[in-house]
Amino acid sequence: MSGPEFEGTDGVDPDLVSEGDDRGGSREGDGNADGPSPDGGHSPGPSTHTVRLELVDEPGQLLAALQPIANNGGNLLSIYHERGNKTPRGRIPVEVDFEATEERFDGIVEALREAGVNVMQAGTEEYAEELTIVVFGHLIDTDLSDTLRRIEGCASASVADVSLAAPQGTEDVSSARLRVEARAGETTDALAAVRSIAEEKGLRVVEPLTGVEA
Amino acid sequence: MKLAVVGAGAVGRSVVELAGEYGHEVVAVADSQSAIVEPEGVDAEAVLTRKAEIGVVGDDDPDDALAADYDVLVEATPTTLGDAEPGFTHLKAALERDRHVVLANKGPVAERFGDVRALEADSAGDVRFEATVGGAIPAISTVEDVEPGHVTAIRGVLNGTANFILTRMAAEGLDYDHVLAEAQDLGVAEADPSFDVEGTDAALKCVILSNVLSFGAADDLESAREFTLADAEVAGIRDIPGSALRLAAEDGRTVRLIGEATGETVRVAPRLIPENGTLAVNGTQNIVQIETTHAGRLNISGRGAGGPETASAVLGDVGRLE
Ligand SMILES: NC(=O)c1ccc[n+]([C@@H]2O[C@H](COP(=O)([O-])OP(=O)(O)OC[C@H]3O[C@@H](n4cnc5c(N)ncnc54)[C@H](OP(=O)(O)O)[C@@H]3O)[C@@H](O)[C@H]2O)c1
Repeated sequence: MSGPEFEGTDGVDPDLVSEGDDRGGSREGDGNADGPSPDGGHSPGPSTHTVRLELVDEPGQLLAALQPIANNGGNLLSIYHERGNKTPRGRIPVEVDFEATEERFDGIVEALREAGVNVMQAGTEEYAEELTIVVFGHLIDTDLSDTLRRIEGCASASVADVSLAAPQGTEDVSSARLRVEARAGETTDALAAVRSIAEEKGLRVVEPLTGVEA
Repeated sequence: MKLAVVGAGAVGRSVVELAGEYGHEVVAVADSQSAIVEPEGVDAEAVLTRKAEIGVVGDDDPDDALAADYDVLVEATPTTLGDAEPGFTHLKAALERDRHVVLANKGPVAERFGDVRALEADSAGDVRFEATVGGAIPAISTVEDVEPGHVTAIRGVLNGTANFILTRMAAEGLDYDHVLAEAQDLGVAEADPSFDVEGTDAALKCVILSNVLSFGAADDLESAREFTLADAEVAGIRDIPGSALRLAAEDGRTVRLIGEATGETVRVAPRLIPENGTLAVNGTQNIVQIETTHAGRLNISGRGAGGPETASAVLGDVGRLE
């Protein structure tokens, strides 16, 4: 959908939301949100957070997604979505910046997830770690694009690159090399997700030996 | 030391042949059908010739070797799963007589480590088993030197047959079946290669290492976690297509059957590693990589199997018992 803007469709109170261009600035603080507080000991004040959400393309979705933020003590700063851009699952990615204390932030992410909102990315970390994985088996028969979409769909991973080798034609065993980007500290989750999707489809995964620069 | 060698296969025969060179004396040898007991020391050459020519080592009963007057029982019968017999019974017989045991057989320490340690605790004899992991590579004694409590993980390539197959598949662009047949012709793979290519053998070695870490770091036998093959997550290399190795190579990587032991988990699986990395040993070579808290990472590579190589580890253990 590249149609109406969310704000219009969903009737979010414009006072609550200021869709601004301050996103660049608002991101900065987040990385250190859980870093040491300068005066050591006192609980840190509110800081800015970015969450990436995936919304179903239906009216009312944005409001439903924003309520858990406001209801749990978050102060909305901006909402951003790339018009016309959809996730591989046909959902609409939205980035929301808001202010909250560290404690409340965790509660907000939890509340969002409880409300059925798919939180793609919370915090400011970009996909920081790259994993190369080889998958083999009946890749084509088991719908490779569905496999990739489902890897993409898991919160901690994104598929950056795919190379396929199907020497015996599409019906036989083939292999694919995937470059998967995972958020810092979440490579284990990303690998577990790939593994469970593969298991379900009867594919085998050759995982990288991570943490060993051997 | 006076040795009784039980099992006269590739390993047992090499122990018989080389013991003298290491200053030890073989007083008894047994295979599955026969035994020879010589309190003054057997004539190694004669025993080996007899085994080669008529298939038995002597005229005595195998049990006579267990009853002989020895200091160290060298257990080199086949590795079995589950109850680890007949190796376990041989080990028990020796410990109950307050004799030492050196194992080449992985069964007792992979499947019944707790039982082995309990018997050892009640005996004046000790049990050593360097040869069970990585053949000639001194993996276990290195872990003992560093101290199990200061080892955070051990990983490596622990099966030469699987490594040979993966190396050849990558180098020649050949398929698994083709390379397996070649490995069988060369005597690198057995007629039934399941134990090696399905990861079981590497898993047993990792289970043993996990037991060494777990029991070595525990305050007492009761609080140590015991591992068996059932605790290992195991995947082999049988199904890996040549295309998977090609895709790995295009990206500067290769696939190796990597075993990991942490004292909490045991895992064996084909893994992607850098093509020129330390762990990417070639052919039948093995490597053991030990991650320590204060000594960094230690790498030891070498021959993971073979009669003389494994006998060298056995005789090293015998030396440590002196
Ligand atoms: N080969 C290696 O490189 C290597 C490396 C590390 C560890 N190991 C381990 O070392 C052990 C021996 O290996 P191997 O290659 O020498 O095996 P092998 O060639 O199969 O020899 C096994 C020997 O055990 C004998 N045996 C079987 N049952 C017996 C019994 N009840 N009492 C006495 N002897 C019995 C056999 O007798 P017969 O001759 O009458 O059949 C044979 O001589 C195995 O547990 C193996 O896993 C081997």
